[in-house]
Order: sequence, then structure tokens, then C-alpha cells
Amino acid sequence: MLDLSKYQSIGAALKDALEEFSKEVCLIEADREREKERLTYLEFKERAQPLAKALQDAGFVAGDRASIIMTNQSKWLISAYAVFFAGGVLVPLDYKLTPDEQWQLLKHSGAKVLITEYPIWRQLNVAEGRSATTIVRTVLVTEAPKNADLGGAQRWEEFRGRGEPSFVPRARRDVACIVYSSGTGGRPKGCMMTHENYLEQCVALTSIYPFAPGVRYLSILPTNHAIDFMVGFFGPFICGAAVVHLRTLRPEYVREAFSKYRITYVSLVPLVLKNLQKGLQVRFDELSSGKRTVFNAIIAVNKALTKNRPRLGLSRRLLKQVHEPFGGELRTIIVGGAFTEPQTLQFFYDLGIPVANGYGLTEAGTAITVNDLKPFRADTVGKPLPGMEVRIVNPAADGIGEVTVRSKTIMSGYLNEPELTAETIVDGWLMTGDLGRFDAAGHLQLFGRKKNMIVTEEGKNIYPEDIESVFESLPVKEFCVFAANYIWPQRSMVGEQLLLALHLEPGQTYLEELRRDISARNSKLLNYKRIHGVVLFDQDFPRTASLKIKRNALAEQLAKLDRATAFLPL
Amino acid sequence: MRTLEQTTQEVLDLASKHFNVPEGSLAPEDDFFKKLGIDSLQTLEMLSRLENHFGIELPDYEVQGVSDFRTLASRIQSRL
Repeated sequence: MLDLSKYQSIGAALKDALEEFSKEVCLIEADREREKERLTYLEFKERAQPLAKALQDAGFVAGDRASIIMTNQSKWLISAYAVFFAGGVLVPLDYKLTPDEQWQLLKHSGAKVLITEYPIWRQLNVAEGRSATTIVRTVLVTEAPKNADLGGAQRWEEFRGRGEPSFVPRARRDVACIVYSSGTGGRPKGCMMTHENYLEQCVALTSIYPFAPGVRYLSILPTNHAIDFMVGFFGPFICGAAVVHLRTLRPEYVREAFSKYRITYVSLVPLVLKNLQKGLQVRFDELSSGKRTVFNAIIAVNKALTKNRPRLGLSRRLLKQVHEPFGGELRTIIVGGAFTEPQTLQFFYDLGIPVANGYGLTEAGTAITVNDLKPFRADTVGKPLPGMEVRIVNPAADGIGEVTVRSKTIMSGYLNEPELTAETIVDGWLMTGDLGRFDAAGHLQLFGRKKNMIVTEEGKNIYPEDIESVFESLPVKEFCVFAANYIWPQRSMVGEQLLLALHLEPGQTYLEELRRDISARNSKLLNYKRIHGVVLFDQDFPRTASLKIKRNALAEQLAKLDRATAFLPL
Repeated sequence: MRTLEQTTQEVLDLASKHFNVPEGSLAPEDDFFKKLGIDSLQTLEMLSRLENHFGIELPDYEVQGVSDFRTLASRIQSRL
């Protein structure tokens, strides 16, 4: 691994890594059963440099912003490196957002360059949102069919400059990436992450979960996500490890990839982990009672022998039939993006497959705490990573209060949002809005959220105010969307739901027709953004002088209602 | 060559079979996440079944944001 304390920027560290590990394999890309590409670090460099040169020839200079909207693939990382090499700021956007949302964020981020893939560009090109005044001047599209109309875009494969590009140095405090943690409604939250944020986070994470040549990371979480950017790009690259991309995420191909590519690490969202658990459980349940008894006995032995720490070699031998489908090299499953139920974590640990459970926020530079597996604890989100100061503020009698964090990995602020930044980072401490408590062993336990948001099992952060637009002109007096747990705190990390608070017109009743109208509008939202129920409120919503709803005050009033009877499922 | 109506009907029949719901209980405009109570991973599994049935490859991006059977059928139809 490179000594990152010597480096000022991501670009400089990556540049040296490409030299240092030139003969090692850095990328493998597969499409279904076909391996499409296998690149060494040297070949990666040879792909990226002409792109960096072409960007520079097109006038791209230090501090210019370039956005990537792509599914996980080698061209994502090649493009990102070219942007960093040229001194640019990367704006990785979620390819799962709608085209209009993507245009909105392109505008907000001030990106001059957009790098995307043909199927995404096909939709972006015709989206109404394209009329948004962006300063995007160069659009590069990968894998476009031969005679495709590119609507003014250029082919990524042909955008190659001649000669050597010149490396543009950046300082640690310069912004490296603008990462949208969530929210595409009225207030997009673009976290300005500095080069230092990434360099420091990488040192902390790799101290617990080391990468090295020969280690293979299966990249499934979208690379625009802070976790995959770190453990599926920067982390493995500065250690000479390899990243495996799959162009389709069908469960059967993901399963196959584990053994085919002998995967060492993979990051998953809780939903996928639970699905894996379900699949394994079905297999176990199919065992005859005799085999099941023997199998349970082996698990009990494994549990006893791994009580204090994981013993991978031993577990692999004891539970060969479980480990083989995972390729036999899997060291740890990293789970993130949302809360994982302890029962799922324990299930895997008992089988000898440690799950690195942690807690993090994009604003904090990915991870704040991680379970160091010494010993494994399913009931916590682990201990603070090296360099992280974590404090619980305003604790209640039971010790539960807001989790706050201070470290070199905390973002420099939200783009164009000085007030929101000042509310979020107070005296250098990041106010996470999450409720937690430390136990006697120094492990952090989480107990729900203080803020009006939910996180889905797929790791999506949803801010209720961002989804209100679909309910505009609903035939009621007024409405407002909330996270149910914000109104009625559950002190729980599961079962989060969105609700629509309705104030009906005088004399109006909540009839089937209105329910159907709400349901139809709801179905226009992406499935993870949909509301789950309605709450009727018979008073005027409290409003500010400028007639904006005072959400906090309304939430306080709604909290007086009994959740069990007030919440009407859709 | 199948018509879009035929393709849609085959998609509905296959989904009914795959998720064990009575035949005829699914309609083209139904939201399959809601109607079948499935998540995005189960949808991917259903896609694999559909690919085998129709003998096509349907890239994941083609079904990004699709939640009703009719749109899904039209994406399949365009690749037949």
C-alpha cells in the first residue's frame, strides 16, 4: 500500500499506484458469463491518459467539474482517474435517478463535462429536464451503437487526445468530489468532499480491512455511492488490488462471480444480504433431518471456535459446503448504506462469514464506526475508526443522544448551502441527526433518527419534502409528507415508513376516490420513494410568514395523535 | 412475430406462474412491486425467467424505473 500521508490528492496517489503496481490486474469486467475485459494497472493508465489529454485539449482545467452517470464498469473508473489527473472535481451521480433529477443535479453541481453510457444518454437527451440551464459543454457517451443519433454528444471511445497529458496537482483542502447524499427536490445536498477526506478515510479503513495485490473486490454497490467509491476504487487501487465489475446484477451471475473470480471482499446493502440469507436458509431447510443435525452441530463448533475472533481457514474447512459457493476466498462482506438487522449479521458470522457492519454518512466521508470483529458483535455498529472522534450530545437519562463526529474525513460543506452547512457542522462537529449510545465496550449502538428522513434497506436516503411534488394539486386543503418515525420516534432502525399528512377541505371526507388518486400519484414515484399511508389532521397547518409549512411544529402536533389509529395504510 | 398484446399476456402468465398468483389476477397496468409484493431483487429474478422464455437478453438498464407489466412487455417487444 502507498503511504498516503505523502500525498496531497487522490489523483497524485492514483498516478503513483498505476506505476507501482503496473503489472498487477486492476480491473475485470464481466457481462453475464462472458468476461469482457481484464486490465492491468499499466493498461488502465494507457486507457485513461488519452482521455485526460482530450479533456485538457477541450479546455478542462483545475477545479472544473465533470459528472459521471454510469453503471459500475471499468470506464467509470478510467474516466474518474482522467478527471482527477486533469485536476478536475468529480460529480458522481446515481444512474438510478430519473433523467429530470439527473439534469437538476447536473445544473446544481455546475458540471462542464458529462460522461455517461448510451442507454442513459438516450433518456437524458429527450428528457424535459434537459432544458434546465446547465453549463454542460462536453458530453461523452460510451458504447453507442454505430449509427446512433448522439444529440450533440461525442463517443467516449473516440475522445482521445494525442501526446502526454500534463498532471495537474491539487491540494489536500481542494474539493475532490461533489457527492449528492440525497434529495433532488427543492434542496439538493451536494457534499463537497476534499482530497484530504478521501486520503484520511482510506488510511483508516484499510487499517482494518486491508487490500493488497491478489485481493479481489466485487463491485456491486453503485460506484457513485461513497462506500463503493472508497472500497471499490480508491482503496483497492492504492494497494494494487483488483476490482471486479458485473454488467448485470442478476442474482445468478452475482453468485457465479464469487467462485469464478475468487472474490475477497464485497459490499452489499442490507436488502441483498438478507436475500442471500434467505437463499441459504432455504438450502439448509431442505437438508434431511439427520444431515441437519450434523450441520447444526458443525455450526455450533464453528461458533465456539470463533467466539473471540474470526478464524477464516478453520471455518472454511468446517463449513466447506457453505463457503464453496462464495469462492472459498471471501474474507468479509461489507454491509452499508442502511441499517442491518443483528439477526442477519449473526447468521453469517455463525457460518464463518464475517460481515463488516458499520455506520457512516456521506457527509462524514463514508464510515464513522466499523465492527473490528475483535470480537464480533451483531448488536452494535462497531467502534469509531482511527481518527474519528464520536460524541453523544444531549443524552437522555438512558444515555441516548445525538451522534456527532469530528475528523479529517468530514466534508467541507454542502455546495451552495452555507446555512445548511452551518446547521450541520457546528464548531467542527458533524451533527448526524442519528440517535445513539456507547456501551461499556466502546461500541456504538443506534436507536433511530432525529431527522425527517428514512433510509431504505437498499441504502436510499429519502427526504420527504423531495417527493411532495407528485401530490401537488391533490384535491385537499393542504398536505405534507413525513417520515413516520420522525413524528412518532420508535427508537428503532427498522420499519421506517413515509406518510402523507392531509388536511381535508371543510366538509370533505376521506373517500375511496381520494385514496385512489393518492395511490395513482404514489405509483409515479420510484418504488422506494412511495408513501405507505395517510394521516388525517383537522386543523390548519402551522405556517411561516412566507406561508411555508412549519414542519417541526406540524410534526409536534401530529405526534399527539395515536399512531396505531391515525396511520391509515394506503 | 408476436404482437405487443401477445407479449404482454405471456409476461402476465409467466409472472403469475413464477410468483404463484392465480392466472388472470394480473393486469397489464398493474404495478408489479405492489401487486406481487416483490422487491428489486425478485424483479431481477423474474427478468431472467422472461429472458429464457423469450430468448432475448434484456440489460438491467432497460428495466430501470419500470414498474408495470405493460411497459416491461414493450421493452421486451423492442428486442424480439
